[in-house]
Amino acid sequence: MTIDVTMPALSPTMEVGTLAKWHVKPGDLLKSGDIIAEIETDKATMEVEAVDEGTVAELLVAEGTENVPVGAVIMRLDGEGEASPKIPNPNPSREQPAPDLIRGEGSSSTPAAPPAPPAQPTPLPPAGGAGGGPSGSRTIATPLARRIAEQKGIDLTSIKGTGPNNRIVRADVDAAITSPPKVSGAGEVEKRAERGPGEGAPAPTAPPAPPKPAAPPPTSDIPHTLEKLGPVRKVIARRLTEAKQTVPHIYLTLDVELDALLKLRADLNKALEPRGIKLSVNDLVIKALALALRQVPKCNVSFAGDNLVVYDRADISVAVAAPSGLITPIITGADTKSVSLIATEMKALAEKARAGKLQPHEYQGGTASLSNLGMFGIRQFDAVINPPQAMILAVGAGEKRAVVKGDALAIATVMTITGSFDHRAIDGADGAALMGAVKGLIERPLGLVA
Amino acid sequence: MTHDLLILGSGPGGYVAAIRASQLGLKVAIIERERLGGICLNWGCIPTKALLRTSEIYHYITHADAYGLSVEKPTFDLKKVTDRSRKVAAQLNGGVKSLMKKHKIEVVEGQGRLTSATEITVTTPNGERQLSAKNIIIATGARARDLPGVEADGNRIWTYRHAMVPPAMPTKLLVIGSGAIGVEFASFYSDMGAKVTVVEMLDRILPVEDADVSAHVQKALTKQGMTIITGAKVSDVSPGPDGVTATITTADGKAATNEYSHVIVAIGILPNTQDIGLEALHIATNRGHITTDPMCQTNVSGLYAIGDVTGPPWLAHKASHEGIIAVEHIAGGHPHALDVGLIPGCTYARPQVASIGLTEAKAKAAGHTVRVGKFPFIGNGKAIALGEAEGFVKTVFDATTGQLLGAHMVGAEVTELIQGYAIAMGLETTEAELMHTIFPHPTLSEMMHESVLDAYGRAIHF
Repeated sequence: MTIDVTMPALSPTMEVGTLAKWHVKPGDLLKSGDIIAEIETDKATMEVEAVDEGTVAELLVAEGTENVPVGAVIMRLDGEGEASPKIPNPNPSREQPAPDLIRGEGSSSTPAAPPAPPAQPTPLPPAGGAGGGPSGSRTIATPLARRIAEQKGIDLTSIKGTGPNNRIVRADVDAAITSPPKVSGAGEVEKRAERGPGEGAPAPTAPPAPPKPAAPPPTSDIPHTLEKLGPVRKVIARRLTEAKQTVPHIYLTLDVELDALLKLRADLNKALEPRGIKLSVNDLVIKALALALRQVPKCNVSFAGDNLVVYDRADISVAVAAPSGLITPIITGADTKSVSLIATEMKALAEKARAGKLQPHEYQGGTASLSNLGMFGIRQFDAVINPPQAMILAVGAGEKRAVVKGDALAIATVMTITGSFDHRAIDGADGAALMGAVKGLIERPLGLVA
Repeated sequence: MTHDLLILGSGPGGYVAAIRASQLGLKVAIIERERLGGICLNWGCIPTKALLRTSEIYHYITHADAYGLSVEKPTFDLKKVTDRSRKVAAQLNGGVKSLMKKHKIEVVEGQGRLTSATEITVTTPNGERQLSAKNIIIATGARARDLPGVEADGNRIWTYRHAMVPPAMPTKLLVIGSGAIGVEFASFYSDMGAKVTVVEMLDRILPVEDADVSAHVQKALTKQGMTIITGAKVSDVSPGPDGVTATITTADGKAATNEYSHVIVAIGILPNTQDIGLEALHIATNRGHITTDPMCQTNVSGLYAIGDVTGPPWLAHKASHEGIIAVEHIAGGHPHALDVGLIPGCTYARPQVASIGLTEAKAKAAGHTVRVGKFPFIGNGKAIALGEAEGFVKTVFDATTGQLLGAHMVGAEVTELIQGYAIAMGLETTEAELMHTIFPHPTLSEMMHESVLDAYGRAIHF
């Protein structure tokens, strides 16, 4: 019996994936649970386990193939107890329709069932989902338009629909892909002419969509290599472009003294040693940001078109440098979690992030972000907001600096922090209040553990 | 100006345009030289369906035994058969008349001729009438194309029009051309007992259809007793007192001359662009058909053209849709342009054929990586219960985007099914939405679901 092994859906929204690596080759005998391949989605790389047993007859998708649709046959197995002569079979799938013969690692559901949808930590749709944009109003688009937009990294919220009732149709997405951002109304005429007869709906006002920035062809006389962008890098590029182009940022910077926090950390670490937990400064700053967001709820928000989403919980997305690129695992409910729990969770999440094994629910969502480049000696920087979130805290290095205390010079360990705020949602004074709250919590750190 | 809008021709393009114009408050006149409703319901779509209904029932009666019924050998009265067809046409013609009245549309009987882009002179039985309007829609349709050197006299050599009201039942019929019209008449006369030969110049019958469909129909018709000759030319068609001789030359150069009782010429159409004053207006055409923009406007401002007088496909429903686009544009609206890729086509032979969008070959030629699903009638419970277990539903998807690029069906009642895919394609659904759709059981439509599933290796019943 031939068994078709198909591209699994590793998350509810996954429609295509990159077959990053095969772990098996034709002739291998597979047992249930063996790792057969690594699949890269737009956010993570996951290992796929075999569910059926048998001999690998054929690998149908080459390593590195992008955009393999979920459900596409990627491998054929000769089932148990059968010698494996390669009998050409005109349509093996008819004998054995095999929707979900393999499952993503970490899915605890039965093999036949798709992975259960992850619990959403916030009321907003997961960031990066093509369907729900950051805006609160629903984007009306055809299923095909949605799918192509997702595949091509086009933000549907930036596209004007020309279909019935202004629905976004395929032609609109295609136009957004092909047309460069328009500077003025000029060019409308040429665009209409380009479309040719039979397709003459008025040219959509081409949005300054964040398409793949038209990369200038590399100058040939400079020695270079070309690296194909991985899905993670593509998403980073798209999301950050979108953030900088659509979110008006303001930046508020202040210095905080760390000495009290460092002392508390040393004391806590001594106390936590028997439990094998070690707090980092960052763990405490996560807690400080979460508590500050609860103290200044006007900053724990998302701008959503006609609405402002005000969160009743502080979920902190923490930037982690993974080999494939930046990713932001989330400490959910950091405002109510103990710092020791935050430290434990952060350690596990960072390890998973570096291994590319984060589950979608572990990085999608969050109400605010934190990025710390202090360990690289960076003194101060301005971070880019991660929509639909409305703020991100950029943390610099703690260093001994000369400070003036009571008209006298003194030495203190000082760290510069900068908050980036979505000015549509947050006024400068409210942002300043949040920064003050963070400063207060760090400089009088007992509040973090009380 | 005597009117807001003049429409030249009252076929399914013209009369639908007139009704829409009236709905939008335009003062409209429609000019018709023959009968309201045009070819479609007087000499085309509708009366042929009436004939084909007769041959279908006749076929069932002659095969009643398969359903457990005993029926004595049935006979038929050809005149009664054609009378019924004419009555159906007359009823619909009357229907259009009352629709015109209901919508207060002025019907002007006579031959219209444009004297400028805003004026039409109509030669009526009571003399000439001058009509004028800011906008004019040309909806004059098309006529059968002649085979060079062969005059369809209506005696033994017929066009579709003669074939609709046969003076006698053919015994040995030659059908030249295997488009929808040729195949439908071939099917009708074959089921009514004629010995039918179909000759097609291209390498397969129903050449616009998917190759799998053509092959299936060719096989089915051959099994029914027809002779199908493809890649062949017909020449030296000469009528004699007892029949018509014709020479069929196949691709390998072999020629054979045979005698037939009758010949039907169905090799395509020619647009009706003569004698309506177009020459002086310098209207742009392409192979004789008027060229229009997406709003159905010609190169002359205010002058529109719809239906068979314009480019393909030459189908009634395309004409009607264009009529609505043109009128809404004239009325200042912003209608959505016609997407020719979304026009379904139907052939009412036995077996029926229905299709929409790209064939598998055209999809590949257009650069798509395709996923193809195919589900046979034999896998469908309703089809088996009907005793109609032959045919299939084929779907063509873009492998990358999941876009449904085309659907091709052959078998019983598929002409009533194709609209489902038309809606799906119009709404730009992907395979996912089609898979999630619940199709009622037991129906033939389940095959539409199964075909989609099959494209993704998930068909259940086959």
